[in-house]
Order: sequence, then C-alpha cells, then structure tokens
Amino acid sequence: MNMKRRVFLKGTLASSAVAVAVGAGLLSPRQVLAAWPKAAFEAKSVNDAMNSMFNSDLAPASDAIKVEAPDIAENGAVVPVTIETSLKNVESISIIAEKNQTPLVASFNMTPKTEGYISTRIKMGQTSNVIAVVKADGKLYSARKEVKVTIGGCGG
Amino acid sequence: MANSIKIRARMKGASCEVKALIKHKMETGLRKDKKTGKVIPAHFIQEVSCEHNGGSVLTANWGTAVSTNPYLSFSFSGAKKGDTIKLSWVDNMGESDSAEAQIK
Repeated sequence: MNMKRRVFLKGTLASSAVAVAVGAGLLSPRQVLAAWPKAAFEAKSVNDAMNSMFNSDLAPASDAIKVEAPDIAENGAVVPVTIETSLKNVESISIIAEKNQTPLVASFNMTPKTEGYISTRIKMGQTSNVIAVVKADGKLYSARKEVKVTIGGCGG
Repeated sequence: MANSIKIRARMKGASCEVKALIKHKMETGLRKDKKTGKVIPAHFIQEVSCEHNGGSVLTANWGTAVSTNPYLSFSFSGAKKGDTIKLSWVDNMGESDSAEAQIK
C-alpha cells in the first residue's frame, strides 16, 4: 500500500498508477476498467458528459422518472439521491450534478432483471440541479430536481 | 482491503432489495492536505458490479462525486430466499474487494 502510494506520487498521470497496479499483478490488463468511460467522467459540462456517454445531449423530460433528493442539503458531501422510473426496458440510469466540476456522478447499467430504482449518496459542490438520465428502449429521458447546498462537498 | 463491504439483500414481495455500504474514502483529487498544502490525489471507486447466483444484475461506473463511504441500493426480480448475492468494486488505484451475502 505504502509503496504503491509512493510510486503514485512520483507519477504525474493517473494512468501511471494504473500501470503500476498492472505491473504489480493486481489486475489483469483486460480487467483494467475497460468499460470505465473516462472522458465522460472528466467532462466539465453536462453537454460534454452527455455527448461522451450517450453520443447525444438531448434527453427529453419524462414524468415517468422521479428524482428524490432533499430540497436543501446542509452538507454537500452527502446528498441522498433516489431515482425511480416506471419506464420499461431500462438500460441505464445516470446521475448528473449540473454544477459540479465534473458533472457526471455515476452511471448504473441495468439488466432485464434489474428494476428501475437506484438509491445512493452523492457529493455536490454547490446548489444546482440533480439530473437523472434514463436510457430505456434505446432512447434517452431525463428528470431533474434542484438541491440547495449550504456547504459544498467537493474540494475545500 | 477485506471487509470494506456491508451488504444486505431482502425479498420484498417478488423483488429482491439490495442495500450495500462500502467503506472507501472516495478522494476527489480536488482536496488539499491542510498541513502540506498539497493536493490529495484522487482515489475513488470506478466500477461496482453485483451478481445474483453468478449472473450480473447491476454494473455501475462511478466518478469522484459519489460520497465518501458510498451507499447503494437497488432491486431486481427473479430471486428467492437463500440465493447468493455478490458485490465487488475496483478503484482507480487498482484496489478491489468483494463480498457475498444470502438473500433473506
């Protein structure tokens, strides 16, 4: 653990740390986050993240998606978010915090057995919309809810 | 990194509700060490996957904005009491862990 940390600090790119992990035999190369959409998670705007993730930034609002989050989050480091949808054939549910430095928070890929329900806790840097993007039957839908944040949870 | 996961799965009617808590610091890479003023490198879970009797029921890609000690809850159908549910994660530094539980 300590050694790995040393090596990481010397490296300037995150990828070097991954390479170290591979070298140490912790991960087989195929396993190394093959599917993790780096560009989408590093995108600085909602549109960039959407384009990178879904090749489209159009997700019409849908009443079939419900975003549950507090109206006011006293601590932006822990904002409970629950997303429920009655849409059929849900392929993925993504959570976006509009004004975070990197807006894409998480993306959940569903299987036919998984029900349209996800609950988690996210960090929010400042007051903004929490957007849920649901991909169902190959189409994108979205819903949003504004959360007022009194103490930011990113950085600082 | 053993025992970083607490997982519970319970039948609710026809669906199985899974709740999991993972112990992880989820560093964003934006915070500074108050003593040295240096940026603390990002260290966060990137992939989470959940299997029911060996078949995938959920895979998640996470960014840095999932909160510290992440909580996750979801549900799926087609399970019964006594089935095995397995949750595993991999972070950006190559660390990983997994845990199994019986559905109650």
